Amino acid sequence: MSTVLKMDRREFLKGVGLSSGALTLGVAIPTGSVLAGASSNGTFHPNAFVSIDKTGLVTIIAHRSEMGQGSKTGLPMIVADEMEADWNRVSVKQGLADKAYGSQNTDGSRSIRRFYQPMRKVGATVKDMLLTAAAQTWSVDKKDCLVANHQVTHKPSGKSLHFGQLVGVAQTLPVPKDVTLKPEKEFRYVGKDVPIVDLEDMVTGQGVYGIDAHVDGMLYAQIERCPVYGGTVKSFDASAALKVKGVREVFVIEHKGIPTQFASVGGVAVIADNTWAAIKGRQQLKIDWDMGENRVYDSSSYRRQLEQAVNKPAKVVRKEGDATAALKATKKRITADYYLPALVHAPMEPPACVAWVQKDKAQVWACVQAPQGVQQVVAGGTGLKPEQVEVNVTLLGGGFGRKSKPDFVFEAAVISKRIGKPVKLNWTREDEVKHGYYHSVSAHHLEAAIDDNKVSAWLHRNAHPSISYTFDKNAEHASDGELSLGFADLPFAIPNIQHENGAIKGHTRIGWLRSVSNIFNVFASGVFVDEIAAARKKDPVDNLLELMGPDRHLSFDESGFKFSNYGENIEQYPYDIKRLKEVTRRAAKNSNWKAKTKEGNGKGICVYRSFLSYISMVVDVSVQDKELKVNKVYCVVDCGRVVNPDRVRSQMEGSIIFGLSLAYYGKITAKEGAIEQSNFHDYPLLRIPQTPEIHIELVQSEELPTGVGEPGVPPVAPALINAIFAATGERIRELPLNQRFSV
Amino acid sequence: MIELTINGKKQQLDVEPDMPLLWAIRDIAGLTGTKFGCGKALCGACTLHLDGVAIRSCVTPVSYAAGKSITTIEGLGAEKMHPLQQAWIDHSVPQCGYCQSGQLMQAASLLAQNNNPSDKEIDQAMSGNICRCGTYPRIRAAIKDAAKATQS
Ligand code: FES
Ligand code: FES
Repeated sequence: MSTVLKMDRREFLKGVGLSSGALTLGVAIPTGSVLAGASSNGTFHPNAFVSIDKTGLVTIIAHRSEMGQGSKTGLPMIVADEMEADWNRVSVKQGLADKAYGSQNTDGSRSIRRFYQPMRKVGATVKDMLLTAAAQTWSVDKKDCLVANHQVTHKPSGKSLHFGQLVGVAQTLPVPKDVTLKPEKEFRYVGKDVPIVDLEDMVTGQGVYGIDAHVDGMLYAQIERCPVYGGTVKSFDASAALKVKGVREVFVIEHKGIPTQFASVGGVAVIADNTWAAIKGRQQLKIDWDMGENRVYDSSSYRRQLEQAVNKPAKVVRKEGDATAALKATKKRITADYYLPALVHAPMEPPACVAWVQKDKAQVWACVQAPQGVQQVVAGGTGLKPEQVEVNVTLLGGGFGRKSKPDFVFEAAVISKRIGKPVKLNWTREDEVKHGYYHSVSAHHLEAAIDDNKVSAWLHRNAHPSISYTFDKNAEHASDGELSLGFADLPFAIPNIQHENGAIKGHTRIGWLRSVSNIFNVFASGVFVDEIAAARKKDPVDNLLELMGPDRHLSFDESGFKFSNYGENIEQYPYDIKRLKEVTRRAAKNSNWKAKTKEGNGKGICVYRSFLSYISMVVDVSVQDKELKVNKVYCVVDCGRVVNPDRVRSQMEGSIIFGLSLAYYGKITAKEGAIEQSNFHDYPLLRIPQTPEIHIELVQSEELPTGVGEPGVPPVAPALINAIFAATGERIRELPLNQRFSV
Repeated sequence: MIELTINGKKQQLDVEPDMPLLWAIRDIAGLTGTKFGCGKALCGACTLHLDGVAIRSCVTPVSYAAGKSITTIEGLGAEKMHPLQQAWIDHSVPQCGYCQSGQLMQAASLLAQNNNPSDKEIDQAMSGNICRCGTYPRIRAAIKDAAKATQS
């Protein structure tokens, strides 16, 4: 891997402290486009992305959470590039929760795509002010001055001042409203491999995660929660727990009823001097639970309900032409049913935080994806106002959507308020697996009509508990947002298309997990289209390209379906079939698609656009006596302009492994309402020996940057299923694969 | 009181003998580079060295470590970066970084015993360490590079 930057950056940063008299630029970008704000007199300004001190040290605030995706490096790189700062003299600091930064909600693969332009403006504004400051200092024309490599130079005379020397004048200047962005081809950092800012900390054990937060005098808590969502404590006996050395207190955490949203599910808390004492005390608790209404939840009977829901007419979401009539009239109708179990996030760092609630303020240190939401949630749990809650975002030991749900911070805050001391709450793995916001279990029924060997109709009916159930007890259908995730946004040119969503209620908290409903929807459509190829006796790639149809932009306008387009304007971020076909062709080329494979080997493909990015995956497998091995995965990604290519590649590597994990093992089930899995022995994840060779191609593009953290996940499992079919002729229609193969 | 030698320093810790070494090191000694991932010897996040050999500190009682020499990630490259740490940097291995202390301690134990591991030996030695972010391809490559650096 080639990197443009050496690690001497850190050495420089170690030597300088942030001194006073810094230029601090507050740039509020609530709308993501309008710049507003003012420079201050050098005191810390919480509404700020950039400050420069007299030594020239540039501090850039990372306002989004870092969980492995690299935006804590990527966004500051954009600022540094526009302001012509020397990256070696840039320090990146994690910002507190603050509306002044705009949205800090780090999910939806949005950090770079939403903040690429705003961060450029932030940088360009600073650059403009430094130019003005230099021109004023020298009494020369600003047009004759140039900013490069951390200094301003007056071209005619050749004199120059570095950024630190301009701070005094710059901080007296008004913030300009309109600034010019530099031409993108002049980027110095954007587009290059830049090591992440925490790299050295991470390999020396210095990185601070939620679980590592420390406040002097803090105690440690553990909570025993009801095995069933919505259950409550009838009574408990803490006498044995209180005898454990180091245990101080035991009390009930209230459960406010379904839906709990981001509050605690309730339980019995054990407070102790250290984690181990709290765990031991917790093991000694005797609790009599009222399991509540969800005790009826059983995964096998629920599966039957889901399958019934998709095998009868359901709520029509998208309708083009008349699929029902075409399916009735056809001579060749193919159908398939698919089933995917629930999943849990399993970030390596379970939810963990420290909270300290005092009379008129609260402080938390937590691995959270949405710090502004945490302010609301902690306020709700403590009676404070959101602005009285200070949220310090630590590094996140993985997030995948779990840490968007701050129930654990709510719990710590409630405990801290009650005991009047700071407290660390560290979920165990069992807690994380058993009390998740699960990725939905789902069932799918698909039908296609094939007339004159052309696909004339497509019907996809799905059913799954909706994320809405986490917020609304009566929710029965997927939301428009969920239906836009790999379902009704099917990009095929088929005359009759119908998408329907079946009704089903939830029994657990349901949450978004890396790429969300795309996982199951793209699985169903990605496998079914391969079944169509087989039925048509066509090569799967040729079949795909034909179904994608002519180059065009999709709008779905006439189908009655409200496509959310990942929250972006469809004019600005069109659904571009040309790009979809391009990644398909490239994956075929890279994988030498049409080459003959050995007996027992096969290749499968899946291509999809999600989070506005176009991704293709080709999986190469061998299957021998029920032993499944993925040899190689080829991935092509078109995510528009790439900020930090190395981090895009690493996200794709990670997505492939995440996708293989869920394909091999992903299965969360419930019996009598309680989740049956508990730790990595019964919720396994991919390990190093199973890791295939990975080939990634990034499409060079000047389009707007689009999502990276999630879109690599959905095509992996369907491409794998299609590869197994190519290798064996056996069509698998449900996950996980370890039920069928040794993996 | 239990006396431990952590990264070359003797320390007296006031802990129950059954406390897992992981919690003694994190909560009592205040060294948080060693991580918690499962508590059941299933993930490797808590890996550290006891007399130079990788162990899972989440299932090792602190009493077992008395009188032995403990090395944590903080002590691995304390003098000079370990070749593995350098290789981890060169390959930009970490994503979230959380599992990497354990990965590095496991890999360091492997290289201490075998400075020229085959692909298979790398896979075997590292198979107890989960990385949910999926940094495995880079871990493999980095171990190979570090092995080369150790040999020369
Ligand atoms: S925490 Fe020790 S092996 Fe997972
Ligand atoms: S880098 Fe995140 S778990 Fe390994």
